This record gives sequence, C-alpha cells and structure tokens, in this order.
Amino acid sequence: MSVAVDLATLWAFIIALAVFIYVVMDGFDLGLGILFPLFPGKQDRDVITNTVAPVWDGNETWLVLGGGGLMAAFPLAYSILMPALYAPLIAMLVGLIFRGVAFEFRWRTRAQRNLWDIAFTGGSWVAALAQGIALGAILQGVHVEGRHYAGGWWDWLTPFSLLTGVSLVVGYALLGATWLILKTEGDLRDRAYRISWVLLFAMLLAIAAVSLATPLLTNQYAHRWFRLPTVIFAAPVPLAVVGVTVLMMKNLAQKHDVWPFVLALALFFLSYAGLGISIYPYVVPQSVTIWQAAAPERSQLLMLPGVLVLVPLILGYTGWAYWVFRGKVGHDAGYH
Amino acid sequence: MFGLDAVELARAQFAFTVTFHIIFPAFSIGLASYLAVLEALWLWTGRDVYLNVFNYWLKIFAIAFGMGVVSGIVMSYQFGTNWSVYSDKVGPVIGPLMAYEVLTAFFLEAGFLGVMLFGLKRVGPKLHFLATLMVAIGTLISAFWILSANSWMQTPAGYAVNAEGQFVSVDWLKVIFNPSFPYRLVHMVLAAYLTTSLVVGAVGAWHLLRNPHLPGPRVMFSMAMWMAALVAPLQILAGDQHGLNTLEHQPVKIMAMEGHFESHKDGAPLYLFGWPDQAEGKLKWALGIPKFGSLILKHQIDAPMAGLDTIPRKDWPPVPITFWSFRIMVGLGMLMLALGLFSLWERWRGRLYINRGLHRFAIAMGPAGFIAVMAGWITTETGRQPFTVYGLLRTADSVSPLAAPAVGASLLAFIIVYFIIFAAGVLYILRLMAEPPHAGEPGPSSAQPVRTAGITPAAGVVQGAVGS
Ligand code: HDD
Ligand code: HEM
Ligand code: HEM
Repeated sequence: MSVAVDLATLWAFIIALAVFIYVVMDGFDLGLGILFPLFPGKQDRDVITNTVAPVWDGNETWLVLGGGGLMAAFPLAYSILMPALYAPLIAMLVGLIFRGVAFEFRWRTRAQRNLWDIAFTGGSWVAALAQGIALGAILQGVHVEGRHYAGGWWDWLTPFSLLTGVSLVVGYALLGATWLILKTEGDLRDRAYRISWVLLFAMLLAIAAVSLATPLLTNQYAHRWFRLPTVIFAAPVPLAVVGVTVLMMKNLAQKHDVWPFVLALALFFLSYAGLGISIYPYVVPQSVTIWQAAAPERSQLLMLPGVLVLVPLILGYTGWAYWVFRGKVGHDAGYH
Repeated sequence: MFGLDAVELARAQFAFTVTFHIIFPAFSIGLASYLAVLEALWLWTGRDVYLNVFNYWLKIFAIAFGMGVVSGIVMSYQFGTNWSVYSDKVGPVIGPLMAYEVLTAFFLEAGFLGVMLFGLKRVGPKLHFLATLMVAIGTLISAFWILSANSWMQTPAGYAVNAEGQFVSVDWLKVIFNPSFPYRLVHMVLAAYLTTSLVVGAVGAWHLLRNPHLPGPRVMFSMAMWMAALVAPLQILAGDQHGLNTLEHQPVKIMAMEGHFESHKDGAPLYLFGWPDQAEGKLKWALGIPKFGSLILKHQIDAPMAGLDTIPRKDWPPVPITFWSFRIMVGLGMLMLALGLFSLWERWRGRLYINRGLHRFAIAMGPAGFIAVMAGWITTETGRQPFTVYGLLRTADSVSPLAAPAVGASLLAFIIVYFIIFAAGVLYILRLMAEPPHAGEPGPSSAQPVRTAGITPAAGVVQGAVGS
C-alpha cells in the first residue's frame, strides 16, 4: 500500500464522519420541523424553535463540509453523484432554504407567522425526504460511463429509494422528539415521550425493512452480510440494535431526560456503520472506488493538517456554544 | 426551455443564484465589522446609545445573515449539480480552498453566531464581544478563501495538468496568492464596507429627516459618513490598480470593458459612452476623450493599445454587458465619492445633522453599494467568458451532462423561491429600519420580555443626554 492508498481511506473516513455529524446534528433540528404539526400551539412552537435557534446554523455547516470535502478529496465522485442526484438535491436545497429563513422570519411578522411555520415544516419534510432518497439512490448504484454520470434524471426514483427516504424522515423525527425530552419540561415533554414511543417502533420497522432490502440490491451487499469473513464485522450490528432498543424502552418508561436522546444517536450510529459495511470501498457503489476517485495526493495532503487541527477546535467551540445554551428551555426563556 | 440549451441555462442559473447570494455577504461582511465596532465603543465608553444601535442592527444582521447562509449552500452544491465536469477537473485545485473556507470561516461564523445573537445575558459583555469579533473575523476569512478560488479561475497560477485532464497544484502558495487575488480581495472587502456604510447612512438620514435630535440616528449617520468619505476614494484607487492588473493578465476583458473593438497605434481614447455592437464589432455613437485610455491604463499618452480585432471572435466575451456593467460600477463609485465629500463639507460647517439635502442624497444612495457590487461582479465574470478557467477551460466544456429540461426546471424553482424569500426578507428588514432605535432597544429577542438589568452599566440613563 502506497501513501496515496492510506490517504484515500483516511479521507473517506473523514468525510463519512462529517456526514455522520451532519446527519445527527441537523437530524434533530429537521426532526423538530417534521414534528411541528403535532404541536400547533404558538407557545410550544416558540419553545421548540428556541431549543435550536442558537445552534442550527452550525449544525448545517457540516453539510457544507461534507459536500465541499467530497469535491476537494474525491472530485470524481462529486462530479458523478451530484448530477445523478440532481432532483433530490435541488429539492433538498429548496427545503433547507425555507426552513432556514423561517427561523428568523417567524419572529418578524405576526400576520404571516403561520405561513412561515408551514415553510418550516414543509422545508424540514422535503429536506429529510430528499436526503433519504439520495442515500437510497447512492446505495442502489448509478450508471457511469468513463468519468461521467450517464443515466437519466429520474433514475434515482425507485421503491427502494422511497423506502430510505421515509425511513430517514422517521429517524429524524425520533431524534427531534428525544431532543425535546432533553430540552423541555412539563406538558411539552410529556407529549414528546409519547411521540418517542411511537417513533421508536416506526424506526425499528424502518431499519428492518432497509436491512432486508439492501442485500437484495446486489451480490456485494449480500456477501458482506451473510458470508465469512465480513459477517464477523456485520453480525454485531443487528445485535447491538436490539440491545439499544431495549435500553431505550427502559429509559422511556422511566422518563429519563438525557438517555433517550443518546440512545437515538446510538441507533443512528449503528445504522450508519451498517451502511459503511455495505458500501466500502466504493464511493459510487459498484462503479468507483475511493482510490479511483481520490484527488491528487497533493490536494489531499494540503487539507489534512487543516482537518486534524481545525476539526477538534471546531468541536471545541461548538461544544462551548451548546454549553452556553444548556438546560431546559421554558416558555419564558427570554432569548428570542 | 425558452430555446436555450443546457449550457446557457446552467450559466443563467449560476449567474442568478450567485448574484442573489452576493447581496447578503456584501452586507453581512460590512455589518459584522460595524457591529464589532459598536460593541467595542459601548464597552469602552459605557454609553447606552451604542448598545441600542448595536441591538438595532443585530436584528437586521440576523435576517441578512440567514439569507446569506441558505443561498450560499445552494452555491456550494451547484458546482456539482450543474458544473460537474468543471468540478472533476478543477476540484483538486479550488476544492481545498473552499474546504479551508468551511473549516476556518463558516464554522467560526456559525459557531459564534448563536452566542452573538442570543447570548449576551448568558455569557456577559466581555465574552459576548469575543463572539461578535469571531463572527466578524469569520466573514473576512470567508472572503479571503472564496476570492482566492475565484481569482485563481481568473488568473491561474502554480498548477499543472495531470493524465486525467485534471488541474493539480504544483505550488499551493502560488495558487492561493495568484496574481489577481490581492487586488480582488481589497476591492471586494472595501466594497462590502462601502455598501454597509451607505445602508447605515441612509437609515440614519431617514430618521434625521424626521427628527434631527435622535441620538441613535445621529451616531449612525456620523459613523457612516466618515466611512464613506474615507473608503470611497480608497475604493477608486483600488479599482484603478485592479484595472492595471487586469490589463496585464486579462487584456481581452479590458478591451470589452473599454469598448475597444479596434486597435489604436498611438493612444487609445477613453470612451465614456457608446453602443457596443457585438455582431458588427463596433462601438456606435462613441463619445470619448482622445488618448485618455492610454493615459489611464498605460500612464503614457501615446501608448499603443490592441483591440478586439486582434482576438479571434470565438474568444470574445459578451461586450455590451461587460461595457455597461463596468460603467454602472464606476459611475456609482463617483457618486459615493461625491456623497463622502459633501458630508465632510457639511460636517465642517456643523450642519451634518440638519442639512436635508445631504440626508436626501444619502437616502438615495442607500442601495447604491449593492448595485455597484453586482455590476462589478458581472463585469468580472462576464469579461472572463468564454472560459471558466481563463484561457484554459471553456465554459461550454465545464457543464454537467444534463438535459436542458432538468436545468431549466431547477432554474425556475430557484427563481420562484428566491423571489418569495427576498420579498419577505426585504420587507421585514425595511420594517425594522422604519423605526428608529429606542432607548433600551431589545436584541433579536424582541418577542419575549428582555431583562437588561445587570448588563447595561448605565441602565436608566436618559438617552437624550447623548450629544453630537
Ligand atoms: C466576498 C465574499 C463572498 C463571496 C464572493 C461568496 N461568499 Fe458565500 N458567504 C460569504 C462570503 C462570500 C459570507 C460573508 O461568509 C457568508 C454570507 C452570510 C454568511 O452566513 O456567510 C457566506 C455564506 C456562504 C455559505 C453558507 C455558510 C454557512 O453554512 O454558514 C456557503 C456554503 C457559501 N457562502 C458558499 C459560497 C460559494 C460556493 C460562492 C461562490 C460561488 C460564494 N459563497 C461566494
Ligand atoms: C459573488 C459574486 C459573484 C457574482 C455576482 C458572479 C457572477 C457571475 C455571472 C454573472 C456569471 C455568468 C457569466 C456568463 O455566463 O456570462 C458567473 C459564472 C460563473 N462564476 Fe461567478 N460570480 C461571483 C463569484 C464567483 C465565485 C466566487 C466563483 C468561484 C469560486 C465563481 C465561479 C463561477 C463559475 C464556475 C461560473 C459558471 C461558468 C461561467 O458561466 O463562467 N463566481 N458568475
Ligand atoms: C470608481 C472606481 C472604480 C474602478 C476604477 C473599479 C474598477 C474595477 C475593475 C477594473 C474591476 C474588474 C476587475 C477584473 O475583473 O479583473 C472591478 C470589479 C469589481 N468592482 Fe470595481 N471599481 C470601482 C468602483 C467600485 C465600487 C464603488 C464598488 C462597490 C461598492 C465596486 C465593486 C466591485 C466588485 C464587487 C467587483 C468584482 C470583484 C473583483 O473583481 O474585484 N467597484 N472594479
């Protein structure tokens, strides 16, 4: 293995990490938007948006790092996947626009507040659904010729990608509901408990459905999950999912504040690890490996010290911002 | 769609979305620095008026910044969706620059923004000032990287081409500090400061027209007019130097900006107006000062200057757009200088807060910065056509393998969405601006009761005591 090979793997890991951080961080604030229709009261909605108002922009920045990092470290993959996912990506961007501006706009108008609440909900649904569909579309593989995407612009739309789309909406909603348990009190929190129960089962159903459908897509995925030696890495994942679920049920029943959220994160982590096991070492499944897509060594090398020094720093001051706004957000929190 | 092919639609989409995006950075770069200065003045002098003006602009900043963020995310994905061949070829060079922008600037802005907007009571004034400072520095770092990336496309340096046809860096320092970068960075940051000062000045003037004794508007107007008076001349100087640099590295762009279709052996004129006819290759009804073009660009009255007739037609940029947008920018620059000088004169005569003519002029100039910024970028980008990487990669060879209906549909979607968002955002901002800052002005938290006790050292001091 040359240096370049190790670099590509390292970068695949870094980008996977950025995407994972994005998924869980923006996941819970998109989840709040998804759950908005269940909380029609103005006061509740104010509290709900206030729990993330100071941090959502930072959460979304991980998406920029994921996309930008992919372009910098694996330009070939970026240039194949983006056109392949054209429609879902545009939908995602439009969704993120509406839900992003709604954070500010809903405070600046009385007459149109309801409209911006709808924009917040609709934007969150569309963005989450589009991200899930994009994931499914990547998993099922795209048509590549030479260095270009060669499929049509509706190729992404299949039952499988719709399944992953809905699953991600469910998952984000679970993250959002458990986040509310963590950040709110009283009646709002009680409702969040009840919603979390329902969503936990929906999430398990979704995980099961996606796990069963994925190995049917190609032999590679099936071999990973059902043959030696890879099954040794793969088998613990479903077992851990069961374990986490049991713990989560226990904590929901005991009305614990923090653990449901942490365990929901753990469920996401396990699902994500499962995906990694299926896909590695491809960036464009079935067509382009991370080594084929890797940017020239000098490009990957230039960014490495930046990532190694700056990402811990970023995590540090992001953590500080979360710390500043720690604790429950009440109806009179006073910071909006 | 509309008889346009995928390349033209992709160009239209890029032009539309980036022109929309730049409106907000141009404002938030300047406003972030202005807020940092206001907070510093408040901490230093303890005068309430600074805190009130700070909170007043902070609410406006929150809206503008949010719109900058969402429109910026569209930009970073558009490279892949619409310009995938470009991304594959140029990604190894400008990808890392943009990745550094994310790591050093976007996270910094986003990480401290929450504390800046909502955290004053939680962290206290000192730490809060640090957060404001970090956001301001973040916007400047962001300008640094993205302008480096753009400048590299204008004046590529320090690169080689590999077997796959990708550009790769040979010398990163040469890539980052490419020949046009320093000029573009200075010109753009000054543009952002000017744009902001004109907006702040216009809002101040608007309220002074109604009541020349309001302390908040007096502070705003005075600060803004100092800024305009200082920065407008600097900007003109910077623009002149920028032009000389462009002449050296992108002479064809200068020919288009100046309307020089034909070559001049001994001294080229400076055309003030005219009607560029691209098809005929002629500047019709030209009105110019003989030999002045050579004087400005070559600092020598008889210097020969080549025209577009020395360039193959397929390498011509769209001349009329470049020609006109350049004149709009320069014309507005001159008006800004006039406003700055006028304000200095009235300040000297002690009539800064009462001369209604000055106030009306300042109000009219409120949007001028935005228009000049857009015109400047249109000059820069259109003048570089038909290349995305100047002289090396053609625009037509950069585009994604996409069907026109896909690009057309997404363009339409962005146009509709942006107009809704823009109309609402501008309405809310104007509504905030229509009120002057009040004593005890709340921050972006106006929907809830705000407990300012404990942080305002001089809480309760009557604002009227603040003089000129
Ligand atoms: C001269 C400055 C400048 C220029 C030319 C551009 N931007 Fe910008 N951008 C900024 C200055 C800026 C900023 C001041 O840093 C913003 C504005 C508001 C904000 O949140 O940050 C920003 C926001 C912003 C964001 C959101 C960051 C976040 O999540 O916080 C992205 C992804 C981009 N930009 C990307 C781009 C791309 C791909 C551009 C080129 C085509 C571009 N920007 C041109
Ligand atoms: C922010 C201010 C900017 C404005 C207002 C602006 C404006 C424009 C316009 C009007 C076009 C279309 C030109 C034409 O087709 O005739 C264009 C194209 C383009 N610009 Fe810029 N630009 C800006 C910044 C940037 C930056 C920072 C980059 C890259 C880092 C960039 C990269 C491109 C690319 C790739 C195209 C598409 C290809 C092309 O048509 O040349 N632009 N821009
Ligand atoms: C009045 C004197 C001015 C002159 C001589 C001048 C000159 C120039 C030139 C030559 C360019 C194109 C450079 C290139 O593409 O290589 C440019 C671009 C630009 N100008 Fe100006 N300018 C002036 C005033 C202004 C003002 C008042 C503003 C805004 C407030 C402004 C904002 C811009 C911007 C944003 C760009 C595009 C970015 C860049 O290439 O730097 N300019 N200017």
